[in-house]
Amino acid sequence: MELVRSHVLVCGGTGCSSSHSEQIIEEFEAQIKKNGLDSEVKVVKTGCFGLCALGPVVIVYPEGSFYSMVQTEDVAEIVEQHLLKGRIVKRLLYKETIEEDNIKSLNEVDFYKKQKRVALRNCGVIDPENIDEYIAYDGYKALGKVLTEMTPEQVVETVKASGLRGRGGGGFPTGIKWAFAAAQPEGQKYVLCNADEGDPGAFMDRSILEGDPHSLIEAMAIAGYAIGANQGYVYVRAEYPIAVHRLQVAINQAKEYGLLGDNIFESGFSFDLELRLGAGAFVCGEETALMTSIEGHRGEPRPRPPFPAVKGLWGVPTILNNVETYANIPVIFLNGVEEFTSIGTEKSKGTKVFALGGKINNTGLVEVPMGTTLREVVYEIGGGIPNGKSFKAAQTGGPSGGCIPASLIDTPIDYDSLIAIGSMMGSGGLIVMDEDTCMVDIAKFFLEFTVDESCGKCVPCRIGTRRLLEILERITSGKGTLEDIDQLEELCLSVKSSALCGLGQTAPNPILSTLKYFRDEYVEHVVDKKCRAGVCKALLSYKIVADKCKGCSLCARNCPVNAITGEIKNPYTIDQDKCIKCGVCMNNCKFGAIVKE
Amino acid sequence: MKSLADLEAIRQKTINKVNLRNENEGDTRIVVGMATCGIAAGARPVMQAFVEEIQKRNLNGVYVSQTGCVGLCKFEPIVEVYLPGKEKVTYINMTAEKAAKVVNEHIVNGNVISEYTIGNLE
Repeated sequence: MELVRSHVLVCGGTGCSSSHSEQIIEEFEAQIKKNGLDSEVKVVKTGCFGLCALGPVVIVYPEGSFYSMVQTEDVAEIVEQHLLKGRIVKRLLYKETIEEDNIKSLNEVDFYKKQKRVALRNCGVIDPENIDEYIAYDGYKALGKVLTEMTPEQVVETVKASGLRGRGGGGFPTGIKWAFAAAQPEGQKYVLCNADEGDPGAFMDRSILEGDPHSLIEAMAIAGYAIGANQGYVYVRAEYPIAVHRLQVAINQAKEYGLLGDNIFESGFSFDLELRLGAGAFVCGEETALMTSIEGHRGEPRPRPPFPAVKGLWGVPTILNNVETYANIPVIFLNGVEEFTSIGTEKSKGTKVFALGGKINNTGLVEVPMGTTLREVVYEIGGGIPNGKSFKAAQTGGPSGGCIPASLIDTPIDYDSLIAIGSMMGSGGLIVMDEDTCMVDIAKFFLEFTVDESCGKCVPCRIGTRRLLEILERITSGKGTLEDIDQLEELCLSVKSSALCGLGQTAPNPILSTLKYFRDEYVEHVVDKKCRAGVCKALLSYKIVADKCKGCSLCARNCPVNAITGEIKNPYTIDQDKCIKCGVCMNNCKFGAIVKE
Repeated sequence: MKSLADLEAIRQKTINKVNLRNENEGDTRIVVGMATCGIAAGARPVMQAFVEEIQKRNLNGVYVSQTGCVGLCKFEPIVEVYLPGKEKVTYINMTAEKAAKVVNEHIVNGNVISEYTIGNLE
């Protein structure tokens, strides 16, 4: 047995990989070898720890030292000081873990304290490319239990009793979905996984695929047993190369161990799993479009019913669940329904993973019990808003969701509370906005996205979203009228009620929710021709405050369009007709004499 | 893999390799002084002996960690043993052979080897 006394865990998620964690791993291996520690220290590449803002992240066990923002140059120091001599390199520790010279346990840090990691239980703990480590953390035990001790009906009943709801956004009860498919006559059925995570700013599913791919495989096999399917497909976007690679490695390992394939655990049940790569169209996250795409056609949705549980992939009964939904399944069977239902609220059980982004200190991945308030997520876990700015709104659910204004920050996050206030849970993107964010501009941003991503099959979505965007463009460029706002609202409602699939039906949500809570900003853009956040360029003007201007000419020399003129030592002026509002003058002024309004 | 027993066998085989990453209240910690003085006095073989012995005996929840100089350089290699709920025990002038004995007597059977401890000096 190898003599391992210390583990160096390096995050190999996409966030940390893009800040060169691969090189850090290589450097660790080289330095450890150089110091003759290679037989006693093991370097492990894991999935995401969640604190992406502080990447690359390295944790050294058994001490549990959490090093953040590690550079390749720092590695030699960690190896020589910490691994060889046992002196923790305080300089590189995550500053929240140091309190008056004492080093706190990671679980005591604000970022992790309020979290409850169920779906992410193994992310950042195991080596995702090593099936043995997954098994060591009770992996495949749930599958074994299900196949040897339970009937398919009991499996469906257990999932029903757990109250688990779809984590992809809709919140449909998973057990009921499974029951529909299980009730179909015997024959070919399919189990699908939706790993086509397309919302801007969302990366929950990617992190699970990268950090714990086996949990997905295990859950899909359980689902296959429950509904009587022997084949599964994971539809994953090709833009997730690390996730695709690790998932493929995991599938191969599971096949090698006989955990996928024929006669699993000698139960007579056979299940196989394959990957299908998507080209990254947002609409392919919609279930019927996803199945059309797997069949080899252009990814376009079709009307429902028939629902996939009755007529899905290649016309046979199919269930489709999201990655995070599946990640919860093994836990339900391992720890029991009671433990799972003890987390969360009455109608939303368990936890939810959020990708925290935007104007927030701790950008990253968090998992909290359902019912946690937005305030707790933003201020306690997220560490608040940078630069002392104030919280204006949070956007959940991506292009299908809505904004939650500051006045509703104490809303508990669960499916029903969010829908009640005009937003939705969505797949878990949570974008925080501060006072510098223009709500009309945000609505425009999401509409640009849906206009781009509309597949064009139905008229309300193809033409309706385009018209919505045009109205928003008029408003942000100062050419809008009050009638435009009324028309915008009316058109939103008709697109919502008439579009073919979820993409079109939810596309107006960003507009509707900003209209609901920030209508005064729309009116301001139209009537006063003002953008209070200073985002909409057409409504801005840069001015020189004569009292403060020393006439140094710096602004005039930097202006790319020569819009600023004046005489040395006298106040300068900006020619508004020439100004392109690039802001260079304001950034360069040494006296704060230039303002935008 | 054919049965749940096969799965359990893999779990048992791997669990000790990953247990290191869990922070549990009831863990036993063996801390070896590994400052310059400790290393010079031969702390590395001592530490390796601890690791080897723990693995040989397949002990769960026992970790070897390092620390800096505690200021008693002439007694290095110094090893501190923290059993859950017990006072810390400090062993001095350690060797690889003594380390194996400490694991056997103290960690497994709970009997402090007084003659190796710092208290024995007085």
